[in-house]
Amino acid sequence: MWDWHYAWSILPGLIASLGTAFSATFWGFIIACLGGLVLAGASRSRITAVRLASRGFVQFVRNTPLLVQLFFLYYSLPMVTGIAPSAFLTGIVGLGLHFSTYMSEVYRAGIDAVPKGQWEAAKALNFNGRQTWITVVLPQAIPPMIPVMGNYLIIIFKETPVLSAITLVETLLTAKNMTSASFRFFEPYTLVGILFLLICLAMSLLLRVVEIRYNRFTTGGKKESRKPAERRTNDKSANPVANREVYPG
Amino acid sequence: MHTPWNEFVPLLWEGLLVTLEVAIYSAAAAILLSAAGGLCRVSASPAVQWLAKIYIGLFRGIPLLVLLIWVYFALPFAGVELPKVAAAVLAIGLNYGAFGSEIVRSAIQAVPPGQREAAVALNFTPAQRMIHIILPQALVRMLPPFGNLLIELVKATSLIYFITLSDLTYQAMILRNNFLPSTAQIFGLLLVIYFLLSTVISTGVGWLERRLTEGRV
Amino acid sequence: MTNPQTLSPIVKYTRVRKSFGDLEVIKGIDLAIAPGEKVALIGPSGSGKTTLGRMLMTLEEPTDGTIEVDGGHLWHEEKNGKLVRAGEKHLHRMRGSIGMVFQHFNLFPHMKVLDNVTAAPRKVLRLSKEESRARALEMLDKVGLADKIDMYPSQLSGGQKQRVAIARALVMHPKVMVFDEVTSALDPELVGEVLEVIKGIAEQGEMAMLLITHEMDFARDVADRVVFGVEGRIVEEGPPEEIFGNPQSDRLKAFLGRFL
Repeated sequence: MWDWHYAWSILPGLIASLGTAFSATFWGFIIACLGGLVLAGASRSRITAVRLASRGFVQFVRNTPLLVQLFFLYYSLPMVTGIAPSAFLTGIVGLGLHFSTYMSEVYRAGIDAVPKGQWEAAKALNFNGRQTWITVVLPQAIPPMIPVMGNYLIIIFKETPVLSAITLVETLLTAKNMTSASFRFFEPYTLVGILFLLICLAMSLLLRVVEIRYNRFTTGGKKESRKPAERRTNDKSANPVANREVYPG
Repeated sequence: MHTPWNEFVPLLWEGLLVTLEVAIYSAAAAILLSAAGGLCRVSASPAVQWLAKIYIGLFRGIPLLVLLIWVYFALPFAGVELPKVAAAVLAIGLNYGAFGSEIVRSAIQAVPPGQREAAVALNFTPAQRMIHIILPQALVRMLPPFGNLLIELVKATSLIYFITLSDLTYQAMILRNNFLPSTAQIFGLLLVIYFLLSTVISTGVGWLERRLTEGRV
Repeated sequence: MTNPQTLSPIVKYTRVRKSFGDLEVIKGIDLAIAPGEKVALIGPSGSGKTTLGRMLMTLEEPTDGTIEVDGGHLWHEEKNGKLVRAGEKHLHRMRGSIGMVFQHFNLFPHMKVLDNVTAAPRKVLRLSKEESRARALEMLDKVGLADKIDMYPSQLSGGQKQRVAIARALVMHPKVMVFDEVTSALDPELVGEVLEVIKGIAEQGEMAMLLITHEMDFARDVADRVVFGVEGRIVEEGPPEEIFGNPQSDRLKAFLGRFL
């Protein structure tokens, strides 16, 4: 059932394929963060059309599978627009667009978490809009968002195998190619599982360290809410942004 | 350009049925595992808690697609060969059961400690405390995140395409191969169908939430 | 109102200590409460009064010492002739004699008022639906809330919630009841209605009470004995007339000075 010799022989190849996975994760994450900003901004726009369009986009993308979105981008887009980007480019754009909708929610929750009194104090001190954002709101909104965003980085990494559907040769597809060559299925797929497990564990631990660092700078977290059925406050953590997490991670 | 919409319907309908079948069985499995996992995670016994932690850590750390491929393609080599639907239900159930366990755990821990204390003061047994006082309050807190989880689950069923199970996505690919010019329309339609499924679920969960909190919010 | 201490105490703390990690909150307390006696526990914040009450209600375990309730050990049980740490079954048996009303009410928000009060009689005492309901209605009537039985706690005022909490605890007929700062979380105008109810219960006599309170007038009215504690130790105790009228220790004088 398990051939150690074979397993050792394919391990380097699998580990090398992680490079593509990490790269796709990184770029997908960047696009998601930037795209999320755009969407968050557009969702607050005073122009109704823009607001509705961005909210509609967010709702639509969040409620449809990443796989189908990837197919749409990879197969339909070239037909409609004539541009045929590579599997990698399509992959990171697909990941980026998909997760930008979740990111925009993170941004929105983070901004909402800043108490209204802060805005009022800024106004009372006659800060203009830009100053209010940069000096008062963002410094308070961003720190709680970091752990949540880090969590999404891990989630995006775990989604990279789906990119094999549009022929991007990441880790899972590499393993699949190995099975075609050797007719041995158990070792490649098991090793892929173990690799992902270990990397996700490492990333989670790293994220914990970041979280602990962040907690040192905050005011020790808010008191636990006593409202009976408060929507989405299902986590004991004092991080109101984490409480709104809607993606299983 | 003429899009033969009525050609798509029969195959997509069959795909929808398979998607729903896998979704319903997986959801049932996930809910059962979430309940078990969540309760074990808050158990008084450290050994039981530890077991739950291992289950949750393992199945949250392995991507669903990797798990699905492994269950269907690799497991047979260990002696366990599962039909496609069973493999899908097992993988999706285990994966989402792990996430659901955390939701259950969070909800139970979010019930104010005073509630447990009042139950102790009235001399309820530990089991009675959980069943009559803690769980009813935890249930309401669980619904919104569980609703989201269910939507993610339905979306995740699209991955059974990879094990050539004829769900919506798989049928769409077949259609595409036969009706290449209508690729955009086919995938567009596919997206809309999934969107409608998600909407039905959120509406249902929202209704359930309202019913459970009648009068007391 | 006063009961002579001829019978053995219903509650007896013997050399009880309690630490939370490195912080010792109760530093060796001996306290006995006679059956039907009303004992008021007063003192500054951090004196450990609430912890003392919680240990009796089995919500906190003493780090050292013993608590006896109605003749039996609460936190210890006898196994093969030796005293060992009590298991849940033993605690459950002993708890039947103890009740508690909390500062923050802790009513069950998912149950109507009547169900809040019938829940324990039904599930713990295993009384019939009719019997539980009858008992509950009697208690709710006693606290003046018979007309609110079909409402949810969220629809009640603080004072009403606390009165329901009192009825809920009373319906179990405990031999001793802990009242843990039950009016501290109430708006001032609602405090009176709750104190009236407790006074009424005290006048009926049979149940011993441990009244942890900041309401000095109330303590003077209702208590048979007042115990003054500071930082985990009992500093002075005695009948209300002595404690309030003729405080001996400097600390008690300083403490009472704040309330004048």
